[in-house]
Amino acid sequence: MESDAQLETRHNADGELESVISMLERVQARYNYLPEEALRKVAAETGRSMVDIYGVATFYRAFSLKPRGKHLVSVCLGTACHVRGGPIIAEEFERQLGIRRGETTADKEFTLETVNCLGACALGPIVTVDGHYFSHVSTGRVKKILQQAREGLDVVEVKADERVFPVEVSCPHCNHSLMDERHLVDGRPSIRVTISFGKKHGWLCLSSLYGSYNVESEYPIPDNIVAHFFCPHCHGELLGTTDCPECGAPMVRMMIRGGGMVQICSRRGCKGHILDI
Amino acid sequence: MINLKINGLDVSVEEGTTILEAARFIGFPIPTLCHNDGLSPYGACRLCLVEIGEPPRSKLVTSCTYPVEEGLIVRTDTERVIRTRKMVIELLLASSPMSKTIQDLASKYDVHQQRFKQEFEECIMCGLCTRMCEEQMMAKAIGFRGRGQNRSIGTPFDITSEECRRCGACMYICPICMARCQGPQEESPLCNACLNLSPPCVETYGQKMCYMDPCVACELAGPYRKDKQRKEKEESAPVAR
Ligand code: SF4
Ligand code: FES
Ligand code: FES
Repeated sequence: MESDAQLETRHNADGELESVISMLERVQARYNYLPEEALRKVAAETGRSMVDIYGVATFYRAFSLKPRGKHLVSVCLGTACHVRGGPIIAEEFERQLGIRRGETTADKEFTLETVNCLGACALGPIVTVDGHYFSHVSTGRVKKILQQAREGLDVVEVKADERVFPVEVSCPHCNHSLMDERHLVDGRPSIRVTISFGKKHGWLCLSSLYGSYNVESEYPIPDNIVAHFFCPHCHGELLGTTDCPECGAPMVRMMIRGGGMVQICSRRGCKGHILDI
Repeated sequence: MINLKINGLDVSVEEGTTILEAARFIGFPIPTLCHNDGLSPYGACRLCLVEIGEPPRSKLVTSCTYPVEEGLIVRTDTERVIRTRKMVIELLLASSPMSKTIQDLASKYDVHQQRFKQEFEECIMCGLCTRMCEEQMMAKAIGFRGRGQNRSIGTPFDITSEECRRCGACMYICPICMARCQGPQEESPLCNACLNLSPPCVETYGQKMCYMDPCVACELAGPYRKDKQRKEKEESAPVAR
């Protein structure tokens, strides 16, 4: 951790300091491990003693005190995957990467670990790489999986996501449809919400084509502004469940007709989005 | 005030008292290992088990962490409790046979065997030292690290802690640090059991036990100790062909 790096802390709605775990999670996400200074900062910030923080940091497998590789490969050795050949897969990964389980390659590209059940037993043996699941893995596919990971799994995903298709959404609070038949964006009915930023408060029409970022609004929205989004019918804020994976701004949540949920980033110009069907 | 029954005796104690405190208050001894009067209850060693409720729906709970309840029926010396307690001691013996505290417990509670894989642990994770450091020394220099099999007690990053002021309280309270005497049978998991007494009353009176500590009758019984008698009988018995 660079010594000048600040550990930003967050407070919940009641003004309470967030929990140690979420602080550590953020540090882990940022540096891919928990540097000693960061643990000391968390201790100082929360007023807890170092042993407490260290205890938490060593208790959870999600945290690591040693730098982890860029890509995390988890091979399932749970009962079901074990009988379907998980150990052979793990060995193949060890051979291909030249490391043993629990270790990180010298170039800091891959960390290999084994886990006990990833919750998809019927599809075993399961391997996850950076949160992407690979089912029915055979030794022959190991090389390809690593190759894919090197190229970047997220890149592949986003490309797949950019198939442009129309969605119809509704408010997660009142379930009222947010579609505006009269206002067309991209030649299709748009998604109409109310937004507010600074002292401005007005309507915003989003393109209903998933993958298109065209909007029209009452006021021009400056780039990089984080706005609040509201349902024009019940005036409930369309608050997302997480923060934007790209920029960390709060997400905006809308329900998809026919099941599922789409979340978009509330920062103007950020293309962060999550689609959950 | 809360009214409960301990071994048939009506007791009334203040709310928030634990069964252990209540039982000790009226004089029923309950062995403990991870409990210390100056520290918060922890419930790690399971030695202080007592039976609550009426059979067949009775259950075993750790008395050091169980707060008294109105109308609770507690028995501290049923056969089930004794059996389980012996098993707990046996397991403790299996992990740390070199501890005097555990050997003394084994002799006092009549444990004559150790049937598990022998290990030589230096820590039984009773948490006495961490609680001592935190609650009495206000230092919080040591704590638990890791989990499961890899759980251990120590300082963060295993380096000398800045918080520690070398008071030695953690060593003082540790039940494992004090080594047992090296009696004639030092190789065995059990020491020579110089204190080994088997109360002759258990079988005769069943659940109505005497609570003399140490039991005078047992001590007098010396040469007639049951285990000795049993052994002699076995030795003198004609070998079946
Ligand atoms: S010696 Fe150090 S670690 Fe042990 S109780 Fe004292 S302050 Fe805590
Ligand atoms: S055993 Fe591998 S997913 Fe459950
Ligand atoms: S004294 Fe109660 S569990 Fe250890």
